[in-house]
Amino acid sequence: MERIPILRIGNMLLVSIQVDLQDHTALMLQDDLSNRIVETGAKGVLIDISALEIVDSFIGRMISTTAAVSRVLDAETVVVGMQPAVAITLVELGLTLSGVRTALDVDRGIRLLSRGIDDRARGGDVIRDDYLAE
Amino acid sequence: MTTSPSEASTVIEVRADSDVVRVRQSVRDFAMAAKLSLVDQTKLVTAASELARNTLVYGGGGEARVRILERTGVAGVEVVFADEGPGIPDVDLALTDGWTSGGGLGLGLSGTRRLVDDFELDTAAGEGTRISIVKWRR
Ligand SMILES: Nc1ncnc2c1ncn2[C@@H]1O[C@H](COP(=O)(O)OP(=O)(O)OP(=O)(O)O)[C@@H](O)[C@H]1O
Ligand SMILES: [Mg+2]
Repeated sequence: MERIPILRIGNMLLVSIQVDLQDHTALMLQDDLSNRIVETGAKGVLIDISALEIVDSFIGRMISTTAAVSRVLDAETVVVGMQPAVAITLVELGLTLSGVRTALDVDRGIRLLSRGIDDRARGGDVIRDDYLAE
Repeated sequence: MTTSPSEASTVIEVRADSDVVRVRQSVRDFAMAAKLSLVDQTKLVTAASELARNTLVYGGGGEARVRILERTGVAGVEVVFADEGPGIPDVDLALTDGWTSGGGLGLGLSGTRRLVDDFELDTAAGEGTRISIVKWRR
């Protein structure tokens, strides 16, 4: 059965979705990510969706749920690389992905996560918005 | 207004998760063949994905029929979903943003209607549901 690999880099988990996601594969990824966060104590999750040609309500919900679950498990999620056509379609569909952090590419996503992690290590408990203005 | 189908047409059975992916891929092929813009291709494929999943989950499975339409020189892609499931008792309610009878977001039908140019829904209690969508080339 198809499974999306999860890489660990330092205190981050990295997922790059390279296939057209079947619903059960998306659900499996959601479970796998939660388990890996707990196992590894990761503080950041980066999901690269640059290869995804569509995000429909099911995949959108998977992304939102993953972000919410990881937050409860003390990790931040950043989604990177959304194609412009996908972003336009998502908005018209009515999906807001509220509560999901996004960045244009993997580099920016990693920077966003590391700053958030450093900040929390210093005692802040959230990624402050002034860090987001680049 | 007259619409005449070209001979190119595909029927895809929608019985499993993997068929939803197959519908997306086929609709993408037709949308590219009809030379829809990338954004319009993405909108149509996303709409088809929503309806294919509804056919599977609520309609108990069914089929998707994809074809190219020609209207006074303008090409478009039509996708028709048909199932013989329970039907939709209250269509207005089902088309409301955020209304779901299951655990969804309730965006599939209402969002799909925004994403396409033509949207037709026929349903009858106990007899099934038929939804036809079209995206025309701009
Ligand atoms: N083919 C169908 N047969 C019977 N009922 C349907 C069918 N398609 C949709 N419905 C009903 O219409 C409701 C709304 O559908 P819609 O796709 O908008 O939302 P959803 O599937 O519940 O959630 P989402 O698509 O956002 O994940 C469904 O919850 C279901 O009750
Ligand atoms: Mg739906």
